Amino acid sequence: MAVFEYILMGFLVICAISVSFSRNLLNSILIFMSYSLVMSIIWILLESPDLAITEAAVGAGVTSVLFFVTLKKIHALGEEDEETDE
Amino acid sequence: MSRKISEEEYKRQRIVRMKHWLSGEKDLYLDNMEVIPREEYKPDRKQLERYEHDLDEVMTRTYDTEHNRVYRFFQRFYKMAAVLCCTVLVLILIVEVSYLPPIGSASNPASNEVAAKYIEDGLQDTGAVNIVTGMILDYRAFDTFGESNVLFIATCTVLILMRNDKKKGKGSAEDEERRDSFYEPKKDVILQMAARILVPVIMLFGVYIILNGHLSPGGGFSGGAIIGAGLILYLNAFGFEKTERFFTEKTYKAVSFGALLFYCLAKSYSFYTGAHHLESGIPLGTPGAIISSGLILPLNICVGLVVACTMYAFFALFRKGGF
Repeated sequence: MAVFEYILMGFLVICAISVSFSRNLLNSILIFMSYSLVMSIIWILLESPDLAITEAAVGAGVTSVLFFVTLKKIHALGEEDEETDE
Repeated sequence: MSRKISEEEYKRQRIVRMKHWLSGEKDLYLDNMEVIPREEYKPDRKQLERYEHDLDEVMTRTYDTEHNRVYRFFQRFYKMAAVLCCTVLVLILIVEVSYLPPIGSASNPASNEVAAKYIEDGLQDTGAVNIVTGMILDYRAFDTFGESNVLFIATCTVLILMRNDKKKGKGSAEDEERRDSFYEPKKDVILQMAARILVPVIMLFGVYIILNGHLSPGGGFSGGAIIGAGLILYLNAFGFEKTERFFTEKTYKAVSFGALLFYCLAKSYSFYTGAHHLESGIPLGTPGAIISSGLILPLNICVGLVVACTMYAFFALFRKGGF
């Protein structure tokens, strides 16, 4: 079980670093979503299921959806592809 | 002793002329101004060329990053300073953490008599099996009331920023939404089918978490967030026409105000009775039953309603600037 926890922790650190280093904003949000999911699993392992439910619903669900809508509003979703095409 | 001056001399004095000018009798500059006729502008080609050449020289010297020593110095300096700052910050934090007491140790300052009282007397005092809910909705119910109000104020702020008041025509809420979702697939079969199966389950799960907040993990906030996520999924699959049948701005206002008002009335009686008299007089019931633990169940429902409405309102406001 301790090994599993260490793997999750390592995944958490990798996610946190790659969110800030990813050039594509959409990828950043997806990584952030997975960060929240891993975090909720860690909350369960730390024996606080209340926080795990909230983290999964708010962190991985609603916040990411709001991020997506914001990206759409500022027209940042389709422009990355055009740049890579050039 | 005053010196007499003649009438003419007096009239020529500056203060008198000022007075005349102020009262509008005479414009001092009207006839006395000398207008120099301007020369016709002739572009001097040589001078212009020299200016341009000078400008080019300055620009190339400024942006010549390879030979500009100051620029290169600062380029390196910023990088080094960033690395240095980060290293120092990380070192400070690591040193700080190494002085913290170990997790779970009995001699930690956090495990004092307050935590012991919550764990020992929580079930008797609040009647809630889930001690976390008992804490946040009974011992610390006023904090939770503040949190619900923070959510409500956040919605008000988003409403101020994102509200679209135009009813019809270009730039109205419907037009904005249509333009926003122009490239999206309309009435997507896969999404609608998935939503038709998932949304009832999500809603039921949220209701279950809210109603069992005092028995099992969860509570008003998490259950409300789940219901809000279900509403957002329904909205994405079926569009605003379907959701407006049961959720409009009026619904939002009524539900939010009602829930916050009930919470406020249920918990702010201690303003009148004083902090020492916190018993509500409602029987706590048998621990483990659904209808037990006094006010915690209705308060959980209130918090859940506020949170669900807030989540949905956020999404709708971000999407089209209205409900």
